[in-house]
Amino acid sequence: MLTRRLFLSDWGGMAVLVLLLAMAVAVPYANLVLPPESPWHLSTYWVALIGKFLTFALLALAIDLIWGYAGILSLGHGAFFGLGGYAMGMYLTRQIGDRGVYGNPELPDFMVFLSYESLPWYWWGFDMFWFAMLMVVLVPGLLALVFGWLAFRSRVTGVYFAIITQALVFALMLAFFRNEMGFGGNNGLTDFKDILGFPVQARETRVALFVISALVLILAYIASRFIVTSRFGRVLIAVRDAESRARFSGYRVEHYKVWLFVFSAMLAGIAGALYVPQVGIINPGEFAPLRSIEAVLWVAVGGRGSLFGAIIGAFAVNGAKTWFTTAHPEVWLFALGALFVLVTLFLPRGLVGIFRRRRREDDA
Amino acid sequence: MSVLRNTREAMRRDRVFGFLQPEPDFALPVDTSHGAILYVDDVSVRFDGFLALNRLNLSVDEGELRCIIGPNGAGKTTMMDVITGKTRPDEGRVFFGQSIDLLSLDEYQIARGGIGRKFQKPTVFEALSVFDNLELSMASDKGAWKTLFHRLTPEQRTRIDEVLQIVGLQEQRARMAGALSHGQKQWLEIGMLLMQNPRVLLVDEPVAGMTGDETERTAELLLSLAGGHTVIVVEHDMAFVRSIARRVTVLHQGSVLAEGSMNQIQSDPKVIEVYLGEEA
Repeated sequence: MLTRRLFLSDWGGMAVLVLLLAMAVAVPYANLVLPPESPWHLSTYWVALIGKFLTFALLALAIDLIWGYAGILSLGHGAFFGLGGYAMGMYLTRQIGDRGVYGNPELPDFMVFLSYESLPWYWWGFDMFWFAMLMVVLVPGLLALVFGWLAFRSRVTGVYFAIITQALVFALMLAFFRNEMGFGGNNGLTDFKDILGFPVQARETRVALFVISALVLILAYIASRFIVTSRFGRVLIAVRDAESRARFSGYRVEHYKVWLFVFSAMLAGIAGALYVPQVGIINPGEFAPLRSIEAVLWVAVGGRGSLFGAIIGAFAVNGAKTWFTTAHPEVWLFALGALFVLVTLFLPRGLVGIFRRRRREDDA
Repeated sequence: MSVLRNTREAMRRDRVFGFLQPEPDFALPVDTSHGAILYVDDVSVRFDGFLALNRLNLSVDEGELRCIIGPNGAGKTTMMDVITGKTRPDEGRVFFGQSIDLLSLDEYQIARGGIGRKFQKPTVFEALSVFDNLELSMASDKGAWKTLFHRLTPEQRTRIDEVLQIVGLQEQRARMAGALSHGQKQWLEIGMLLMQNPRVLLVDEPVAGMTGDETERTAELLLSLAGGHTVIVVEHDMAFVRSIARRVTVLHQGSVLAEGSMNQIQSDPKVIEVYLGEEA
């Protein structure tokens, strides 16, 4: 019954899930088992790169959930991604212990450098993995709860909401740039050594992080499908298309929006937490407003309102970005611009729209 | 000074803080012992100095079918906004039955409590099927957590089928609401109101843009609903009003100009001057 609801008539989603599962098996095999001479061997560089894309896909999924289904355009999801990343970064920083440049077992390098006497209170507990993981979801979730409640209760919608989310992420960027905030200022947190006792740089750890990212993405997809196929999901569509009708039908619209926003922020936080150990650094650049806008564009390219479209979009745009910036770095920005113009003009439903249209023609 | 006034209002000794007050229990029968189900008492609404409602007084009896007419800008839609909690009046009181003060409630509470509203422009959930539209409108626990795990019971399915029958959309149950004709959307919206099990239906221009046939069917539909429900219809189409009305209220410049049977209204010189005269 439930499986039917989740997967039936979601052929695209099924295909993407199967592909992700296949990746979770094939990539470790190609990297760890196949010898480097083999044409199918995948270098660790690629593992880390695709792993990074997986976390971007999770962020895109989070954005599509609120934008595609509830019509809430957030141009500040980088805030939640970054906060999740910082929570993970703080754990990884605490794991460095006395192996830092200054060899201080109590304080991270940047704190020694800035002559901190002791660890600030908000760093307490981050030496414990479970606590850090809790913060990965709680901090973005709480921020989304407070911010969303204030915004949605005052019925801030559309472009006004988009603008204040930009302000939110920009404010966070400015705050995290400050040294006295105690998050490493503009250098951020880096030079990580271990995660749960495994060396972060090691090939096996990277492969493990890759597999975890793929599995988390699959789980997040299924959870999101559960939400959008439930009656809750239909209420969201109702709110998106006719908010006042939903209100006069007896729904507390702001509750629906807030809870979905919180869930989406938590997904973004988890994405950030998976991203940090794979790229080895978190700094306030993650809060740059442009980054958040870019993430919305992944969703637009993939296909707003189709959850697997967001995943495809994140891979397509980031894949193109990687290829262009290595092969033709000077044209990347033009290519990006052209991509968005073309998608807006010819593919209003994103890349996924191509298949949809073809299927409809088949049916006819 | 508004801060002072708000503080003073919040600290009134004859009242409990709003957030401490229990939500009104709509499961209890609405007290209509004096016959009326809706009282609008001396209500005024100002928009930037413009008086949209000017000391409006209106009382509607239970089971009545009331038509409200009036020229553009007479305050018909504003009156509906006040009753359904969208607009807060500057003065006056609005009661549902004898005891429920509608002005202290939010839109969702009023909707759950039994006042359904149809918009002027038919407003349905276009990206959902007709069936889903009715399902979402159904009176049930509409909390976010409950809807996440909700499943339809057989009784609820039967209820949806009943309403499909009443509004004549059985054939369209699986179609997207956006693909319906204008008239069908109007009926669907009335069906959505019925799913809420409302005591009072506020219906804003139900036959605007309808063909003659459709208008006739709508008139039958509304007449069949009166009695079991209280129906308040706002309409411009005089022929339609004449065909369904028992009691008509004429609004003009935000207050009641005349009230009575269609014949009384039509012979009232004041009404002829401001409204019917324009048509003739």
